[in-house]
Amino acid sequence: MYAPEIVAEAVVNGLMSGATYALVALGLTLVYGVLHIVNFAHGALLTCAMFAVLGLNLWLGIDPYWAILPLALIFFAFGYGLQRFIIGPSSHGEDRNTLLVTLGLSIVLENLMLAAFKSDTRSLGADTAFDVLELGPMLISRPRLIGFGVALATAALLWLLLSATDTGRAIRAVAKEKLGAQLVGIDPRHIFAVTFGIGCACLAIAACLLLPTFYVNPRVGNAFVLVAFTIVVLGGMGSIAGALVGGLFVGVVESLGGLLLGESLGQLGIFLIFILVLLVRPTGLFGARA
Amino acid sequence: MSLLVVQGISKRFGGLLAVDAASLTVPQGAITGLIGPNGAGKTTLFALISGFLEPTAGSVTFDGTDVTREAPHLRARRGIARTFQIVQPFAGLSVRDNIAVGAYLRHSSRVEALARSEAVAREVGLAPMLDGPAAALTVAGRKRLELARALATEPRLLLLDEVLAGLNPSEVRDILPVIRRIRDSGVTILMIEHVMQAVMNLCDQVYVLSQGRMIAEGEPRAVCADPRVIEAYLGHGAAARIQEAHGA
Amino acid sequence: MTVRQIALPVLLVAVLAVLPFFASGTLLNFLVSALIIALGAQGWNLLAGFGGQLSFGHAAFFGTGAYVTAILQIRFGINAWAGMAAGIAIGAAVGWVIGFLSFRARLRGSYFALVTLAFAEVLRILANAAEFTGGAAGLLIRLQPGFGNMQFPDRGVFLWLVLACILLVLLLTAWIERSRFGAHLVAVRENEDAARALGVDVLATKLRAITLSAAITAAAGCLYAQNFLYLDANIAYGTWISVEVLIAAIIGGLGTVLGPVVGALALHGVGEVAKIAGGQITGIDLVIFGAVLILSVAFVPSGLMGLRRLVKGGRP
Repeated sequence: MYAPEIVAEAVVNGLMSGATYALVALGLTLVYGVLHIVNFAHGALLTCAMFAVLGLNLWLGIDPYWAILPLALIFFAFGYGLQRFIIGPSSHGEDRNTLLVTLGLSIVLENLMLAAFKSDTRSLGADTAFDVLELGPMLISRPRLIGFGVALATAALLWLLLSATDTGRAIRAVAKEKLGAQLVGIDPRHIFAVTFGIGCACLAIAACLLLPTFYVNPRVGNAFVLVAFTIVVLGGMGSIAGALVGGLFVGVVESLGGLLLGESLGQLGIFLIFILVLLVRPTGLFGARA
Repeated sequence: MSLLVVQGISKRFGGLLAVDAASLTVPQGAITGLIGPNGAGKTTLFALISGFLEPTAGSVTFDGTDVTREAPHLRARRGIARTFQIVQPFAGLSVRDNIAVGAYLRHSSRVEALARSEAVAREVGLAPMLDGPAAALTVAGRKRLELARALATEPRLLLLDEVLAGLNPSEVRDILPVIRRIRDSGVTILMIEHVMQAVMNLCDQVYVLSQGRMIAEGEPRAVCADPRVIEAYLGHGAAARIQEAHGA
Repeated sequence: MTVRQIALPVLLVAVLAVLPFFASGTLLNFLVSALIIALGAQGWNLLAGFGGQLSFGHAAFFGTGAYVTAILQIRFGINAWAGMAAGIAIGAAVGWVIGFLSFRARLRGSYFALVTLAFAEVLRILANAAEFTGGAAGLLIRLQPGFGNMQFPDRGVFLWLVLACILLVLLLTAWIERSRFGAHLVAVRENEDAARALGVDVLATKLRAITLSAAITAAAGCLYAQNFLYLDANIAYGTWISVEVLIAAIIGGLGTVLGPVVGALALHGVGEVAKIAGGQITGIDLVIFGAVLILSVAFVPSGLMGLRRLVKGGRP
């Protein structure tokens, strides 16, 4: 048996990485909830964002935390453009096509990064990664604590945006009833693009939070996205609360699984949970809409 | 001799009892109507008969066999065919191939299935459109396609869910004889219909469903005069008001 | 089957079959690689093009075929042909199991794509970790030319073997297209409820399709193992195989008989050109593959085969 402090530390660490997972999942679930498509380019977009954080830091000396706001805005615009001018028009309104186009997009982005940055793994340097706080008997990494806080704040902000602003109401209207929304003068193409942009902004924020403790290479996004898919399926496709709770849950499972089984089998565990959840409860554990 | 017997069937969706202990009997060789106000549970009842939904209680007996828990495709093999109120064409296929899917139920060879599909298309008046894509059909054309596909399965019982809805009067007039001919060829029909002219014209017997319950049955004319039916359609007290109006 | 239906596949295969008499070794290697993907794409097309079930995890079948063929030879000294037969059979069985689990759970569209991807990843992680499958180091089949080992001194013979498999699947697909099973498959793709109402056993139809599809793609995996005599988990079960068969089938023409073969040749052709033009830049051919996928979905949804029909002035 493990000492309670070690287990508690694993749980706390799991919650913190879970919050970042949740942020990645949030973008995915929002896009699914509104556009009813699985965005396969999500991982590649996250990788793009992480390279952007790295670049800003190495070339311009910008601290990742200061990059959050500008990068979120840039990625919002990037995501908006992608959906409005590439994904939307090429899909001809068919879900199957959207799936394939986002898959194509992920291949393009991933390999462009491979061409530009080679397959080397890079990171920001070690000075921030081992910045630790002592909290009673536990050691907690400062960047991950910041990540936890910012991720939760972002989720709250997103929730506020969706429930209290006109844009949020328009997004929810399009998600529920596209035709009806269209009839009251909402342009679904615009709303789809805004939603996709918000999803990308979430990724940019996640990238800023990840990079102080994590590495980046052209394929790094894939690992996160499979976890994010698991979270989204677990939390119920399209459910924001589900993504948040699912993210924290998966973070803890992974952390405890890594403690008990070791890293590579811990990853296997995530896939098995994913398959099991899909097969048993395709509506998600928290019973959100299918 | 009754081909279809539905006994005390119920379907609950969460808190809503969509069909509440409804019973009906469809005699062999007849056209039986099922009418009722919107939201009465008619389409749900059809789904229970054709196997698309499993009932909460009650039973469905087809030709003496209990089929209550049988899958839809097995019921189709027994000879129960249905059309959909919201038409469901195979949009990417030609009209001919659409109908052929139905015909393949009784014919394994492509040549026979296609021949059968042509014959059925002629029967329902779709012959000129055979090679066109199903997606290009008009509303009336799609309704005919629903009918043709169901008919191609060579059913013994045909469940028609509002095949006349959305058609203009002349289209309705065109399709009535088609339905009558199908009956004359030996196919028993149970139809949900809102177009009363058609119900009066075609049906031997009519059932009235309201809020999930069967509230009346009988000959079309008798049923339409039934105060319970009038109230179901027009609201509480309507029958009495009509009576008064007629008395005055 | 009509003569016209058989003529085109036979002609295509015949043209490719005479190439060994003229072509250089490089061209032969190119053709073998491209045609192995074509075979895998034919399998994918059966399930996704005809049946409408988009799989993102056909590597699960490809890898199983490759691993079974290799392991039976290396660990049990079994003849390569028997190994290939077993690889196809076990690949088909894996297809049936994955299909049974996911179709019974009524997974469709994105959900089905995701679950197949996850199954392939699980197999990849397992094959990468297990001693039995050679772990991360992979498996080497001993170089030992001989008919029983399916290793030929002449590259052309192997090409003919691949072409024979392709021809077989082309004819099978052409037959399915005009059979009751084919009609049911297409009906399930277009509208499951309507198919069910017409007496189509939707689950059985999908299961038959995924099993057959898996068998064909597993055969491609077997040939891959025999061609390169080496495999590891990231190659055989890698996401890239799933994606490549998918792109080949789509740009060739979903749900057409010849599409996957034409698509795979075109895709690999473009890839080679890109590699030459792009020089040392890694990944440039894949960037183009991705772009080709987007462009073909956007502008030629019926693929190269559809384009051919457009040019001929027939129905798109």
